Amino acid sequence: MFADLPLLSLLIWVPIFGGLIVLAVGDKDPWGARPIALIVTVLTFLLSIPLYTGFDTGTAAMQFTETANWIEAFNIRYALGVDGISMPLIILTSVIMIIIVLAGWKVITHRVSQYMAAFLIMQGLINGVFASLDAILFYVYWEAMLIPMFLIIGIWGGPNRVYATIKFFLYTFLGSVFMLVALIYLYFKAGSFDILAFHAVQLSLQEQILIFIAFLLAFAVKVPMWPVHTWLPDAHVEAPTGGSVILAAIMLKVGGYGFLRFSLPITPDASHELDWLIIGMSLIAIAYIGFVALAQQDMKKLIAYSSIAHMGFVTLGFFISFSIFASTGSYEGSALAMEGGMVQMISHGFISAAMFLCVGVMYDRMHSRMINDYGGVVNTMPIFAAFMVFFAMANAGLPGTSGFVGEFMVILASFKANFWIAFVAATTLILGAAYTLWMVKRVLFGEVANDKVAALTDLDGREFFILGTLAFAVLLFGVWPDPLVDVMHVTIDNLLQHIAQSKL
Amino acid sequence: MENLFLTIVLAPLVGSLLAGLFGKQIGRTASHWVTISGVALSCALSFYVMKLFVMDGMASYNESVYTWLVSDGIKFEIGFLVDKLTAIMLVVVTFVSLMVHIYTIGYMHDDPGYQRFFSYIALFTFSMLMLVMANNFLQLFFGWEAVGLVSYLLIGFWYTRETAVFANLKAFLVNRVGDFGFLLGIAAVLMYTGSLDYATVFAKVPSLVGETMQVFPGTEWSVLTVMCILLFIGAMGKSAQVPLHVWLPDSMEGPTPISALIHAATMVTAGIFMVSRMSPIFELSTTALAFILFIGAVTALFMGFLGLIQHDIKRVVAYSTLSQLGYMTVALGASAYSAAIFHLMTHAFFKALLFLAAGAVIIAMHHEQDMRKMGGLRKYMPITYWTSLIGSLALIGFPGFAGFFSKDTIIEAVHAATKLDHATWVHSFAYFAVLAGVFITALYSFRMFFLVFHGKERMDDHTREHLHECKAVVTVPLILLAIPSVLAGYLLSDVVMGDYFGTAIYVAQANDVIGALAADYHGILGFLLHGVQGPAFWLAMGGLFSAWFIYMKRPSIADWFQDKFGFLHTLFENKYYMDDLFIKVFAGGGRMLGKGLWKQGDVNVIDGLIVNGSAATINWFAGVVRVVQTGYLYHYAFVMILGLLGLLSWFVWWGA
Repeated sequence: MFADLPLLSLLIWVPIFGGLIVLAVGDKDPWGARPIALIVTVLTFLLSIPLYTGFDTGTAAMQFTETANWIEAFNIRYALGVDGISMPLIILTSVIMIIIVLAGWKVITHRVSQYMAAFLIMQGLINGVFASLDAILFYVYWEAMLIPMFLIIGIWGGPNRVYATIKFFLYTFLGSVFMLVALIYLYFKAGSFDILAFHAVQLSLQEQILIFIAFLLAFAVKVPMWPVHTWLPDAHVEAPTGGSVILAAIMLKVGGYGFLRFSLPITPDASHELDWLIIGMSLIAIAYIGFVALAQQDMKKLIAYSSIAHMGFVTLGFFISFSIFASTGSYEGSALAMEGGMVQMISHGFISAAMFLCVGVMYDRMHSRMINDYGGVVNTMPIFAAFMVFFAMANAGLPGTSGFVGEFMVILASFKANFWIAFVAATTLILGAAYTLWMVKRVLFGEVANDKVAALTDLDGREFFILGTLAFAVLLFGVWPDPLVDVMHVTIDNLLQHIAQSKL
Repeated sequence: MENLFLTIVLAPLVGSLLAGLFGKQIGRTASHWVTISGVALSCALSFYVMKLFVMDGMASYNESVYTWLVSDGIKFEIGFLVDKLTAIMLVVVTFVSLMVHIYTIGYMHDDPGYQRFFSYIALFTFSMLMLVMANNFLQLFFGWEAVGLVSYLLIGFWYTRETAVFANLKAFLVNRVGDFGFLLGIAAVLMYTGSLDYATVFAKVPSLVGETMQVFPGTEWSVLTVMCILLFIGAMGKSAQVPLHVWLPDSMEGPTPISALIHAATMVTAGIFMVSRMSPIFELSTTALAFILFIGAVTALFMGFLGLIQHDIKRVVAYSTLSQLGYMTVALGASAYSAAIFHLMTHAFFKALLFLAAGAVIIAMHHEQDMRKMGGLRKYMPITYWTSLIGSLALIGFPGFAGFFSKDTIIEAVHAATKLDHATWVHSFAYFAVLAGVFITALYSFRMFFLVFHGKERMDDHTREHLHECKAVVTVPLILLAIPSVLAGYLLSDVVMGDYFGTAIYVAQANDVIGALAADYHGILGFLLHGVQGPAFWLAMGGLFSAWFIYMKRPSIADWFQDKFGFLHTLFENKYYMDDLFIKVFAGGGRMLGKGLWKQGDVNVIDGLIVNGSAATINWFAGVVRVVQTGYLYHYAFVMILGLLGLLSWFVWWGA
């Protein structure tokens, strides 16, 4: 029965219209915006389930496709569809959104309807990014996504929010402009804005390199990769908890998604030519950022840096295949790396969301993010502490949690490419544990540090539900990642075959 | 069969979850009952499995339970390999764990974290069983890290103590250094064999002999040597071999029952088990074996010295554990895997006994651990006294006790290894180290024994009045552990000298020292008689006598030694400065580097120079442009005329 519904359109427009309704309801009604927002996110989540259950794992073609003409003069279409790469990301988004609405339930007391509406509209736009098969449609969603995020940080953010929003906006906008130029160039080559047609366009190496760099600027900023990462810690520190969650769990994934959907298939030879650049930047993200995270005093900054380091595994996994080929003469191991990168994206969505929520839980009570203001929280919040230790372990990549799976796959695969790449990547085992558990030690353990900590109260039912849901997901994909990876196989294999063929 | 093995693994997990998640609701008594029942069930079934192998001649079991992940055509599975090596580990782990569970009822009686403690130790048992029953590297790594997690949680069990939460972080991070190597080793295994399944890997490795890889450009290293050394680095972390041993003494911050279970009997022996399990790989690299031998010998000898000067009763036992782990590692390096596992087993019994006895003393002394405040406890705690004596005699390898058989076999095996064709100075050094270690072991063991149980009663009057033997939940496990501490040694004929392990352990023809020993072996009595004629026995006696003489007869000798050899004492006191190296150089250096990279790289260069710098540049440029835009018409007219002039001149001179 679901097969007849335009599921992807619903996933985009239900939250957007829901957001408009929430705006219209406003804050006067005591029943208020919160329940409506919750209903909309739950409905969207229910709509996303058939994507998984009805997904055909046997084909690499786009599924649940919808097409309509939009701007005929330029052959721009409203074309939607998902494959094994985008489908899990859409489902991740719909889970995280419910959590975000619940997380802002009590904490946000100022312009509640606008807050909820911004997130709902954002959800629709993000789903649009993941589902678009037309480059202009994609670009519209891509840029529009910035607006609600800009507002979320700018209105509900911390004291230094103006600097953070401008930095965030300029950084990401600057990157995207070059992408637009590349898309228009590709339009002239392909005759339409169909992304799948872009994949088939023949390009010279020089063209490919320029296009690759244009895409790189857009996607690297979003991921973010070293050295264009410095907007992220500032944005996180100023963003409200919900903003940090969506930023870490979803927004960063858009960059990783872009590499798979645009850079690799459109410019395979340039990717091959410049893979050392991406690998180098990824390894710097893992090692350099790992050390930088160690030095942080602000918990949100620490987790933001840890996000950058973890996203390093995503880009490393995506671009290691050429190097594997160069060293072993076959692409065997590439799918392991690429699927590892995908698993890392999904897993990081849950873990980073949980870590930011943990900080949020403490911030709501203490109004401080500084590690030094805490100490001995476990004495007053034992249940919370159990959750936080669990998520910290997941962040440190403990086997049995989802945090382990992606890193494990990428490290195993990169060993095939080069011993030293695997060596640097594996330092995360030490660095990740060091910065995460050192924070845990200083915040949770020890004697009660001060009167404020002594007055803390443990989780309420709502917070318990939120963290419990995420813990369940983290554990499930740690103990049994196969259902997640199973949906990606054919798509990834197809992508690998595609990039193995030179366009020259 | 599968249900049997699943029950062995899952019973402790169920107990752990019940006690951990619902501990408050079900209360203290129910919490210890559910966990103890779970572990008791595992233990009973483990003995049953042992019976199936020994009496019924069951073949080894190797099946997968479920598919964890399929990617790139590689199947990652969760599954069980149960052979005779697994069986021996099952029995040791579940038996010691059961004893510790029972003992805990007494030891943790007044602790507010009672349920949490039972949940953790049952979870540990689950993790350790997953580790030893794994049939592939993935599950091995899972168990490996899971026992590390529980160890972390238990060392920091008393989380308000600054020293405890420091020690658990240190333990986890040092172990992670080992795991770093281990993971790379697993990656090497996957790369060169295309699988992580033991059976497939072991079948494939012989074809890798002679294959090389470039780690540093221009150097060709044997793939197998690199693989083995990387895997062994994992073992060095978990089994606390020099230089990754620094976490184990600090782990004594945890409650004593877990020092016995995790940090003496089981978890720290995971590395020994792992190398034995991987014997088909390690046997192919003599370089790696020599490396293992060297590390083990250094650990066996030099960690023993540190036991001599400790005052904390638990730390003496901890350094003794380090030294004994060194013995097991030496055995691995000498290809005497069965001897290593045999020593692992006897050591698990007598060392758990010694720790639990130390714990009994600590309870009686009202949580005083300093031996300088003990003495003469013999008459107050007879059961603890006699069981400690048994444990100590087993530890020093007194003939007839379990440690004698296992340790003497190791010494004999190393001796045989020095006569192999490819023997080097490392083998001779190892032989020297294990022999010298015997004297040191006897010396520190009986130093502790005499200081605690004999001599003057140095405690205060209040403590003395309340001294009494512990309750049955404490003393019964001591007695139950004392029995195998004597009797387990008599399994030597079967376990080491016989063909107990069969195909579970592989030894190359050229390295087969145990085979040489077995050829000369004429029953347990002959081994005993041979033992008392060998140097090891006399060294042990010498150590025992010296301990008696120095600490009972002429205490001035110890002071004289400290006076004359102050530099040695300082060196030992500072643990060879290894802790300083780790804390100041690695941890401190890492923090400094992090701060430097952050302040210089992110804040100054990227943000300061590039991001805010470009903003400032644009701002400056805008300022300049703003100056030009004055808004006065005549300014603009003037510029237009200048421009016109310029264009005209350009046309006149170059245009035509």
